[in-house]
Amino acid sequence: MTATPAVEAWESDFDVMDPGYLSDPFSIWDELRGSCPIAHSNRRGSNWLPTRYEDVTVIAHDIEHFSSVEVAVIPFKGEEPEEPVLAYGLPPISADPPLHTWTRRLLLPWFSHRKVASYEPMTRELCRRLIDGFGSEHGVDAAADYAQQIPVRVIARVLGVPADLADTFTGWVRDVLEFADDAERRQRGMGSLIDYLLPELERRRSEPGDDLLSELLASEVDGRPIEDSVVVGAAALVLIAGVDTTWSAIGSSLWHLATHPSDRARLVSDTEVWPLAVEELLRAYSPVTMARLVTEDVEFQGCPMRAGDRVLMNFPAANRDPEVFPEADRVVLDRAHNRHVAFGSGIHRCAGSNLARMELRVALEEWLAAIPDFRLADEAEVTWAGGQVRGPRCLPVVFS
Amino acid sequence: MRIRVDPEKCQGHARCYGLAPELFDIDDYGLSSVAGDGTVPPELEERARLAIANCPEYAIGETG
Ligand code: HEM
Ligand code: SF4
Repeated sequence: MTATPAVEAWESDFDVMDPGYLSDPFSIWDELRGSCPIAHSNRRGSNWLPTRYEDVTVIAHDIEHFSSVEVAVIPFKGEEPEEPVLAYGLPPISADPPLHTWTRRLLLPWFSHRKVASYEPMTRELCRRLIDGFGSEHGVDAAADYAQQIPVRVIARVLGVPADLADTFTGWVRDVLEFADDAERRQRGMGSLIDYLLPELERRRSEPGDDLLSELLASEVDGRPIEDSVVVGAAALVLIAGVDTTWSAIGSSLWHLATHPSDRARLVSDTEVWPLAVEELLRAYSPVTMARLVTEDVEFQGCPMRAGDRVLMNFPAANRDPEVFPEADRVVLDRAHNRHVAFGSGIHRCAGSNLARMELRVALEEWLAAIPDFRLADEAEVTWAGGQVRGPRCLPVVFS
Repeated sequence: MRIRVDPEKCQGHARCYGLAPELFDIDDYGLSSVAGDGTVPPELEERARLAIANCPEYAIGETG
């Protein structure tokens, strides 16, 4: 990661990769909501950062002025190849209608709640196996040794690629999302992912299996097969969107439980609170920020946005807006009114949200069943990644 | 109490189903609709209100 000059004025010169923002964005958002609810910065191009729930959700629904053709929070600084393999990026996330509409419909049935229920037993077994395999009875890195190990293996199963490659996939996804500021590393991660998927595609052409890749290949739209670049783009998206995000949500939730004994005790003893509690943890520690490209000059809430500017869709800050969530900075496990937008808002609502929720719930259930009592080993050792996806990367805990 | 889901607004967050699976059906594409004709039995009214208050798209409404 490249070092960034320290931020002095968050209203006019924010930087989502600033170390202060990575470790505690919450107080920065609180301040901005009071002084300048849509901040601006010229670092990495002209970017806007809304922090109020209403502004974020209105922009998410205005797909005419705010396009999804550029959703990376850190714009790519390297050289784009003249004929990219992924001619359409990663649809549906990087697409507007009509491309968005039909590519999204291809993915949705793979993540319906019925389908997701069929992945639950393997997820539970995986979590148990990880816990049984902890090298020590005293403690573990809850991010690296647990949270990080779960979603990638579930996604590998959905895609029909070997779970043995989990660490390799994780490395590529981190290169693309977490180390996006390093253009070369980012390009290498994306390139490796595509180079891996292309021969997998060929293999399934002759030997189709019961997996998402095979089904995408076999699907027809308007009587014609889907272009390979769309198949690879959508498959790469599922891997990129399904791994870091969910692992970060699991990690943040474990961080919360490590630091809040009464919430931990409540989850252990009160099974009825779980459905609300999982949503509350998603709200409070929403991992994902996306970007939008402004399509034409527009004044939004007094901000003179120009065509080509980018807006950072600050779903995490929207979820901490006290106008919508009383005591927004406090986790209230049984919060009954919780229209959180951790999975976005509008037509790009996370296609994997049912899966993500199931994984988060099962990961926490299994952890708490085995380890009801634990705390941080040393607060100073905890590190957070951020930018597009926020979550702990190093989270040493001790079992009590 | 009777409820309905506005299919134009629903984006498939599935919060309704998560909170009150007896009251909603969700298709393979995430679109929610009310079970039956949307009539809520008295013992489920509280959960229907919970679903209404948690839908991020304001897609669920009370019709009577
Ligand atoms: C806690 C975990 C997750 C969070 C917080 C999350 C968050 C999000 C958000 C905020 C969006 C909206 C993007 C936008 O508005 O531009 C999104 C889209 C998407 N997510 Fe997730 N996600 C998670 C897990 C997953 C998983 C497990 C998958 C697995 C397939 C997935 C697949 C997708 C896809 C395919 C889209 C694009 C949908 C579209 O553009 O129509 N996500 N996610
Ligand atoms: S919670 Fe709202 S948006 Fe989500 S499925 Fe139910 S009705 Fe649709």
